[in-house]
Amino acid sequence: MAANLRLWLAACAFSAAALLPGSVASAANTSEVNPRGLVLSLSCSSCHGTDGKSVGLIPPINGRSTSYIESAMLAFKSGARYSTVMSRHAKGYTDAEIRLIAEYFGRFSRNK
Amino acid sequence: MKMSHKISRRDFSKLLLTGAAGASLGLFGTPSKAFGASKRVVVIGGGFGGAAAAKYLRKLDPSISVTLVEPKAVFHTCPFSNWVLAGLRTMGDISQTYAVLRNKYQINVIADSAVAVDAARGTVKLKSGMVLNYDRLIVSPGIDFKWDAIPGHSEALANTKIPHAYQAGAQTVLLQNQLHAMRNGGKVIICPPSNPFRCPPGPYERASLIAHYLKAKKPLSKILILDPKDKFSKQGLFKQGWEKLYPGMIEWRSGVTGGKIVKLDGTTMTVTTEFGEEKGDVINLIPPQKAGKIAFDAGLTDASGWCPINPVSFESTIHPGIHVIGDASVAGAMPKSGFAASSQGKVAAAAIVRLLQGKVPASPSLVNTCYSLIGTDYAISVAGVYKLTADGIVEIQGAGGLTPMNADADQLKEEASFAVGWYNNIIHDTWG
Repeated sequence: MAANLRLWLAACAFSAAALLPGSVASAANTSEVNPRGLVLSLSCSSCHGTDGKSVGLIPPINGRSTSYIESAMLAFKSGARYSTVMSRHAKGYTDAEIRLIAEYFGRFSRNK
Repeated sequence: MKMSHKISRRDFSKLLLTGAAGASLGLFGTPSKAFGASKRVVVIGGGFGGAAAAKYLRKLDPSISVTLVEPKAVFHTCPFSNWVLAGLRTMGDISQTYAVLRNKYQINVIADSAVAVDAARGTVKLKSGMVLNYDRLIVSPGIDFKWDAIPGHSEALANTKIPHAYQAGAQTVLLQNQLHAMRNGGKVIICPPSNPFRCPPGPYERASLIAHYLKAKKPLSKILILDPKDKFSKQGLFKQGWEKLYPGMIEWRSGVTGGKIVKLDGTTMTVTTEFGEEKGDVINLIPPQKAGKIAFDAGLTDASGWCPINPVSFESTIHPGIHVIGDASVAGAMPKSGFAASSQGKVAAAAIVRLLQGKVPASPSLVNTCYSLIGTDYAISVAGVYKLTADGIVEIQGAGGLTPMNADADQLKEEASFAVGWYNNIIHDTWG
């Protein structure tokens, strides 16, 4: 079991390493989605709606640009921007992961 | 069984250099199934985990044919069922159907129960006798109760007199009717289960929202929580809320101070603790829990009564090709909640899409947020972000956590608004 987990981890890390943020800077403009960016971004939909399209009073992510989402998440992470729960979430992601999330949702925006 | 093996930098580089990631695909189930032309996924259970997994499978790869097996035509959510007890929502408000999953997402929703799984053949047998073939199976059965854990209790008694109301629907209505029929000055006894159990803050939100109802309608009444545990989720925040909104109405008794129940007498409406007897006008006993029945029947559980999984894809470590998500799974540091099940359902769906394409799944990222309403305009929350390490699924330190103690009224009100916003979005994200 422990050995298996080690291999799983390595396998996942390998597949993620093949798609570092820098190497897929253009992926946001194509149909190809970074698999790690996808998995990170699926976390957002339970509160912000499918594809970030909120049907309630939680602010939508869909339609926001990559740079808007990235700067908002970094501001929540640092605490510069007030929130009830978002700073607790944003602190769970590295800046590179925030970039991947921003790129994922930025695909839905006209302003990249 | 404890997963403590650390991945060394050297092992990792070796794998990276040799490109062993592709070769290790064999770790994720049987390759013959993974690379086959057909892509059939069957999902057992249409709750927060199963419904989300089914929808996201179709969304992420429309070439996969998805069948969802759920006996209930109308699913009542446990989240917001306590709001129903408070009179703040109706049963209709927490009813979900499968029409959108069927029509918009082209999921084959079958109103039936799975009664057997043949992991070797890749088949699921339904109560009607129908047999479904799958390339990958997702099992999301939720919880079942350990009826024999408390002498004097039984499933029959729960269905008529001592509701658990921990699977929403008829149970919620039964408890609500009892609260409505109770005299002013009556006593409601709530008996939360031992760990681990579904929705850790659930019994305490329930105490709060029953108090909300009683304060308005039957203000002489009391709530006694008899708890086998010595601490509970969001404890400080709940107690602060109870002091502010319902002073003197709710008493919580911990395990060491006589909260543990050893016997139930449904006829005299009496529970016996290690310290003595307590009589209640309404008794809401939530029995200790285990994985849903089909998980046991399919041989997916271990000695703990829950299902061990590979945390990358939530694939069973017992039966390859079968993924277990939600309350039934052993998901490391994650709590058993609808939110967690939804997060796991999406991670499993994304992993299955990759596996059926012969690719390695991405490293998972998981999340949980639980809002608890204490009174109108007064909600608290707990959040967690989770990642995979060599120790399994762990909570990321420095992230997540609770609403701060002594938060001002505006923040608590905002959290109550976000609780509603969250509910509307997760419902739409799952069934809409």
